[in-house]
Amino acid sequence: MNRHLISAADLSRDDALLILDTADELAQVADRPIRKLPTLRGRTVVNLFYEDSTRTRISFEAAAKRLSADVINFSAKGSSVAKGESLKDTALTLEAMGADAVVIRHSASGAPHRLAGWVRGSVVNAGDGQHEHPTQALLDAFTMRRRLGRLDGLRVTIVGDVLHSRVARSNVLLLRTLGAEVTLVAPPTLLPVAVGSWPCDSGYDLDAALPKTDVVMMLRVQAERMNAAYFPTVREYSRRYGLDDRRLALLPEHAIVMHPGPMNRGVEIAADVADSPRSTIVEQVANGVSIRMAVLYLLLGGAEAAR
Amino acid sequence: MSESAWLIKSASPAGGPATDLLLRDGQIADMGALGAADGARVIDAAGLIALPGLVDLHTHLREPGREDAETVETGTAAAALGGFTAVHAMANTEPAADTAGVVEQIWRLGVRAGYCDVRPVGAVTAGLAGSQLAELGAMADSRARVRVYSDDGRCVSDAVLMRRALEYVKAFDGVIAQHAQEPRLTDGAQMNEGEVSGRLGLTGWPAVAEEAIIARDCLLAAHVDSALHICHVSTAGSVEIIRWAKSKGWRVTAEVTPHHLLLTDELAETYDPVYKVNPPLRTKADVAALRAALADGTIDCVATDHAPHSVEDKETEWQVAAFGMTGLETALRVVQAAMVDTGLLDWAGVADRMSVRPAAIGRLTGQGAPLHGRPLQPGSPANLVLYDPAARSVVSPAAHASRSRNTPFARMELPGSVQATFLRGEPVVLGGKLVASDGQAASDSQLAARERQSQRGQPAGPEPVR
Repeated sequence: MNRHLISAADLSRDDALLILDTADELAQVADRPIRKLPTLRGRTVVNLFYEDSTRTRISFEAAAKRLSADVINFSAKGSSVAKGESLKDTALTLEAMGADAVVIRHSASGAPHRLAGWVRGSVVNAGDGQHEHPTQALLDAFTMRRRLGRLDGLRVTIVGDVLHSRVARSNVLLLRTLGAEVTLVAPPTLLPVAVGSWPCDSGYDLDAALPKTDVVMMLRVQAERMNAAYFPTVREYSRRYGLDDRRLALLPEHAIVMHPGPMNRGVEIAADVADSPRSTIVEQVANGVSIRMAVLYLLLGGAEAAR
Repeated sequence: MSESAWLIKSASPAGGPATDLLLRDGQIADMGALGAADGARVIDAAGLIALPGLVDLHTHLREPGREDAETVETGTAAAALGGFTAVHAMANTEPAADTAGVVEQIWRLGVRAGYCDVRPVGAVTAGLAGSQLAELGAMADSRARVRVYSDDGRCVSDAVLMRRALEYVKAFDGVIAQHAQEPRLTDGAQMNEGEVSGRLGLTGWPAVAEEAIIARDCLLAAHVDSALHICHVSTAGSVEIIRWAKSKGWRVTAEVTPHHLLLTDELAETYDPVYKVNPPLRTKADVAALRAALADGTIDCVATDHAPHSVEDKETEWQVAAFGMTGLETALRVVQAAMVDTGLLDWAGVADRMSVRPAAIGRLTGQGAPLHGRPLQPGSPANLVLYDPAARSVVSPAAHASRSRNTPFARMELPGSVQATFLRGEPVVLGGKLVASDGQAASDSQLAARERQSQRGQPAGPEPVR
């Protein structure tokens, strides 16, 4: 495995499967009375969050703590961009504090890439701008494999704002590596102009895609898109691309519904769909901790330590 | 004014047969097989190409306002090292070059530095704000004799304002140099919109944002029969529109930067903002179209868009970083790599695209302006560069005279080496090194003489009768 996890494209098929298998083992820790392993004792993990994301930060924090790492939360929201300390100076500070891993969330695409050039520790991308969110893709794949038993040949339909979605980018790359077939469905305004060069299919018609779908993943519609002419109104978006009861019925019986959260209930997903037994949304959150434990464990040499 | 004379032995003018050139009194006094001349110092230029001094239509010297990134002195030193004898200083300084006072100050700073002629570009609109015309006539009538106007860095996107500007400058043979960028289509844009931007999650900058403005402005220039110059053309589509406009006989000229002739958007994969530039690096197909257009003359000239930035403005996240790259010290070498070594352009073509045509577009052809872009022949002002096309070396930003280090060609091996640059018969670069300028030490009378020279293009003589 690479020293950093910045893009899902950094992972070979073997790397990805090793992470999923490790997460499977580590998930059992959560069922023990003492949910803690001594593996990363004495190692320091910094959560460097330039964007609000309580759920992702907590997930990484829980993962690091369950592995007994020291965790420093560095909330730098609004302090870097345009004013205040530069990302480079923050990186040098973290370096001086002896961070073994830096988990970074940033509104600028490529920020983890830049950071990796300035620190010696491992950099884990916890979401950068509109670029990638590789641990989200890993936890999604993990969830699919647990629910449906396989990834090879699985038909995954990702619906919504692909253009601005780091979740979609990482999922397309990782699922391709793992042998799944991905189809993107969105209004044409929310697909990248060169989506034809991506390793997946794409289309505009959700109803046509659903019967051929094992996993449907609904993406969040960001509030700022609603006023930028990407679609006429939220109601029209919801009618054409929202997952409601009627559309749920178009799916094969075994198919599952995923959402990376946070959801806009009533926009991209109806409340009763979100709460249905076919929805994996709560599981995804729990699986996120296991996946992040596996990533930190493997990046910080836990594999060697355990041998 | 020094009385020195220089005898350049066996240089190859624009790649032609080797000959000697005698420079005296600021002019090329003689050419041919020349014997030793009285008091003339001799330069052995065997194997070197002699070109008329290069003219850059698009330079950011940053002074006044951002002297941490560049000053007129460091920028013109960089220009001289790149073989330029005249540069057009863009107007987006702080304050903007939108009044006679500011353009005269910039012009005078250039005279004082003494490395090359500085021709200030005037802002089209007051404060580059895009709402009302700057005093274009006052800048034209000033000692800086502005003829090129641009809001470069920003597009004059208001069609009415653009039309008025094009019309107004006809009174003094001015030209509007447009930075073609439709603002709404490029809101938040970071790099060329295409396969790479989609993959990297960087907001795309569609080719149409450039092409739509170029098409509109060609039509406006035709409608009012005025001169339009298009800055830094970067797309294959733009080339097609310009070719069409020229086929109609409209007064449209265009420039391309060295970086758009050599680099592509794939470099953004590094997320290193040294590759962040406006307009953005485009695709291989665009590069091929730009090279072909420069070769066939559809694009008139190369202009550097030398855009120095401080380290802190570039050592950041891509999205936060400033747009722009330096280019003066690498321009000729990049053009050799992209155009000459590929067989697309010969050295006579390089002289045309980097000196003759930009001088004509910048109105450096007499009538009070210093003369540039003249063929190397007896009687021409001795503005010339000696260039070794056989040299090869790795670009080292630390060795540059520019105050800034944001060259995208760092660590790249490029052909060629500027060996000497002469401004009106005086060497400003010799042996590839800057000749110490006496700028700050010059006496008031010497400066006054130089100011006259820089206005007329002739060596200083007695004060002319006015």
